[in-house]
Amino acid sequence: MRRFLIAATMCLAQPLWGQDYSEESLPDAQQESQAVALMDTLRCVVCQGQPISGSNADLARDMRRLVRERIAAGESPEAVRAWLISRYGQWISLKPQVNVETVPLWIIPLVALGGAGLLYVRRLKQRKN
Amino acid sequence: MKRSWVFWLPVVVTIALFATFLVALVSPSDRTIVSQLVGQPLPTFEAPAAMPDQAGTNSRDYADGKPRLLNVFASWCGPCVAEIPVLLQLQAMGVEINGVAVHDKPDDLARFLAENGNPYARVGLDKGGRAQMAFGSSGVPETFIIDGKGRVLGQHIGVMTEADIPGIVAQLKGQ
Repeated sequence: MRRFLIAATMCLAQPLWGQDYSEESLPDAQQESQAVALMDTLRCVVCQGQPISGSNADLARDMRRLVRERIAAGESPEAVRAWLISRYGQWISLKPQVNVETVPLWIIPLVALGGAGLLYVRRLKQRKN
Repeated sequence: MKRSWVFWLPVVVTIALFATFLVALVSPSDRTIVSQLVGQPLPTFEAPAAMPDQAGTNSRDYADGKPRLLNVFASWCGPCVAEIPVLLQLQAMGVEINGVAVHDKPDDLARFLAENGNPYARVGLDKGGRAQMAFGSSGVPETFIIDGKGRVLGQHIGVMTEADIPGIVAQLKGQ
């Protein structure tokens, strides 16, 4: 019985040994959810349309491992994103950063809306006259 | 009533917008992902030896004053086979080439080099794609041109052909 228990315990312990974080979750649930949220917003450089969380490419697997290992080591998700951007460029991030190049994306709709409102008000005034 | 220019403004803007869409649709942007490391020092990496008779390579090998190539490849990569003759030509011209094999196994790599020729001064295995990610490389083959101070002068994405040799050599010479 004792032998059986020891053997059973060893079987249970097996998966902990040589864990590969490209597929395995992190033991800390909060870190794991941070890692998964980050993986959902990093673009796979091989398959390009997919986030690394949903890709079978070897390099996407490597990036998932990198994300989990760095977050487990205490890095913030945004620091990991910044590291990857410093390698692959803005392209790798599916979450647009606000910078000189992308700021028109936020400003243009506001300008258009403002312009349309202005035209509308003018028109109303003209009708009244 | 004469219509003011403001009336035509939305029409003009809309036409311009759709013209932009059309241009982008007809000629989509370039899909190659260029490494951000061009112009910067080679990052720290470790690619340990795969074979007993050939040294591996790491980031400390690159600041000895001699410019060289760093070729990211793999034994399972078809186009890499086609690139070996070009690398051998460069080697014959005196260009030193180090190799980093990604997602590879020592036996497969040894067989690949025995069958196709070995243009590498040093060749190491990149475990878990760590070196590849540090380089900002997104596939195989890719070749980085490194100057004597260990800075990345350029990146060649995809197979190098004979036509690329003069350009690569010129870049190595710092031209």
